[in-house]
Amino acid sequence: MDFILHHERCSGCRACLLACSVANFREITTAKAALRIEPRFPAPGDYVIHLCDRCGDCAEACPEEAIEWRDGRYVLRQEDCIACGTCIDACPNDVLRADPKTDCPILCTGCGECAAICPRDAIEIAGETLEEVYA
Amino acid sequence: MKGYAGTILRIDLGSGRIEKQPLPERLAEDYIGGRGFVARLMWEELPPGIDPFDPANPFITATGPMSGHLLPASGKTHFGCKSPATGGYADSNMGGHFGPTLKYAGYDAMVLTGAAAEPGLLVIDDDAVEIQPAGDLWGAGSLTLEKRLKEDFGEDFEILTIGPAGENLVRFACISHDFGRQAGRTGIGAVLGSKRIKAVLVRGTGSLEAHDLEGLFAAAKRAYAAVREKPGFLGWTPEGTAGITNWVNEVGAFPTRNFQTSFSDHYEAINGKAILERLKVTDKGCFCCPTPCGKYGRARTSLGQVEVEGPEFESIALLGGACDLQTIEDVAHANHVCDELGLDTISGGVVAAWAIECYERGILSREEIGREVRFGDLASVVHLLEMTARREGLGDLLAEGSKRAAEKTGQGSLDFAIQVKGLEWSGYECRNAPGMMLSYMTADVGAHHNRSWVLGHDVVGSAASVHDLIAGGGEVKKLPKAVVGGQAKNVIASQHLRPAFDLLGICRLQFMELGFEVEHYEELFQLCTGRPLTWQELLETSERVWNLTRSVSVREVPGFGRASDYPPARLMNDPVPNGPNEGHCLSREEVDRLLDEYYDARGWDRQGRPTAETLKRLGLEDVAGGLPR
Repeated sequence: MDFILHHERCSGCRACLLACSVANFREITTAKAALRIEPRFPAPGDYVIHLCDRCGDCAEACPEEAIEWRDGRYVLRQEDCIACGTCIDACPNDVLRADPKTDCPILCTGCGECAAICPRDAIEIAGETLEEVYA
Repeated sequence: MKGYAGTILRIDLGSGRIEKQPLPERLAEDYIGGRGFVARLMWEELPPGIDPFDPANPFITATGPMSGHLLPASGKTHFGCKSPATGGYADSNMGGHFGPTLKYAGYDAMVLTGAAAEPGLLVIDDDAVEIQPAGDLWGAGSLTLEKRLKEDFGEDFEILTIGPAGENLVRFACISHDFGRQAGRTGIGAVLGSKRIKAVLVRGTGSLEAHDLEGLFAAAKRAYAAVREKPGFLGWTPEGTAGITNWVNEVGAFPTRNFQTSFSDHYEAINGKAILERLKVTDKGCFCCPTPCGKYGRARTSLGQVEVEGPEFESIALLGGACDLQTIEDVAHANHVCDELGLDTISGGVVAAWAIECYERGILSREEIGREVRFGDLASVVHLLEMTARREGLGDLLAEGSKRAAEKTGQGSLDFAIQVKGLEWSGYECRNAPGMMLSYMTADVGAHHNRSWVLGHDVVGSAASVHDLIAGGGEVKKLPKAVVGGQAKNVIASQHLRPAFDLLGICRLQFMELGFEVEHYEELFQLCTGRPLTWQELLETSERVWNLTRSVSVREVPGFGRASDYPPARLMNDPVPNGPNEGHCLSREEVDRLLDEYYDARGWDRQGRPTAETLKRLGLEDVAGGLPR
């Protein structure tokens, strides 16, 4: 699924980070999420949403070819990941982060939970209304 | 214990000793969290009778069981210590992201005792805790410091700072966080300054355990959806707390020119609409909050350009009302100056207004102040704030707060030092609002509105949500004198209700401003912790905490009691000169009736001290034994 980002609607509450972590890892933390909210204060005084657009640069950069395209998204083969961080450095959206426990990258599953929880509709799923996201 | 992080972090700043204490189950059961933890730990660990700046004064930080969880507005952090402003019980809270991150690092609460030998930064990086030298950061403004620390440590760290006011032990110095969130009241920033801690940084990469994660996730989605359905979601959120400015003027409760009157002609130049039209860059929300109060923006004034979060209503009321600043840009500028200096905008506004009135009356001279000062003049207000934060010249007197400053100055200036117990009055003038007057008189920390807010009762006779009150306003008209009698019941109910959210570690505004139902909180609490908790049980705990905080002040403040609960003479003797409440005021006799009714309903003696019987009823037998009789 494709996402449309409305940075100007984001108020930096980070509910999206928690929803991502809970939905994908069953963990309650903002430290383990596949997206990133960048606060830019004191100036210019706004937030930038960083979200995976599945460009594939991480997979291309991986020296172990541990990131593969499967079912419409990039997936990490954990057993092949050497936690070198090359993919994180290669991410042009500056969204990829390491799992604090394993140091392996946290890849977006495209589940849409970030968009669903956002109380301000700052992350929109292209072509779908909120009702369709929940359905 | 599910929901909680499970540990209290204890640091003796003198010796550097660090202890990680398992969170006592009994503490969690009897006091829940947040303000409840602050109150109980203070009762047990504050050595009786010490000076607030004694290194032994514990500086307590506490979250609640719901802080950091995925549910609406779960970002509150509470701070407490013996108050430099009042000498009694103090707590102050803030939103933002610090508390949730502290919990992800593994700690529900943190207790700092002692004082560092040299100015330092306390850095908590999950398990690793260390004090680093502050070096040349000592002296920096709060906003400047936070920016620099974010650059040095990275955006994953959440940061508390104090400004020059905290370093210089100004009795109304605040704690700042996230470029515009403050735990503003009761002078807690000065206690952190007395411990020579310039900033606290925390990074947390762990996760919390919930009793029923799947159930909580589903309930959280329902809760967010329910908040979005409230009329206030689209009606209240755009302007946030500033949206009440018009209504407060329409009902004649806006503190104007040091509370000389209760209505400002220029209120439409400093209201929420003015923020949206002239300042706002973005909405800035606290952790997991669907209804952000924070309006971050930019203002240009005669003194230059500033970036500022706010102004929120309280800053508008005290800087735009009590100091009479005429434009939203001037209010924003003064707000920014307070934020950078680390001054509470409420107390800062009241103290500056008191000084200006002293100048107008010839009590303080141009030589003493260093320049002419006037109501409505930004440069005058900024001059007073800067002197205060640095304790320069007359600032050394103003830094003591309005009560101490007036006691020292004399010449009748105590009559118009607008405070209770030594804490300056926040943004609601009450000469025709007996319930709200009683709220201010009996708030445990001094004259603060967040413990109970019954202005809706005073004006429309009910507990309508703030959004409904604002939506129902729109007219300035002469109001009849309010009838004194029957206020205590509503005030007490509000004193249990509003601080109940402070036990849970979440913000009350979805409930108070939008009317989001209590059933959601009962359900979410149970899913987080696995413990059933009815709203009634929560309110009973809140009553226990209320009696405990009062008891701390009875123990700590010599002569504490009825005499500590009176408003300043101006608010009893001087009829309001103009506006909707022209001619009204509450007499001393009416104020006494309010107090008698309140003490009786609380089960306190007529001196305002909780009786042994009441304390025992609330499970505070040990407290009853520890009070002077």
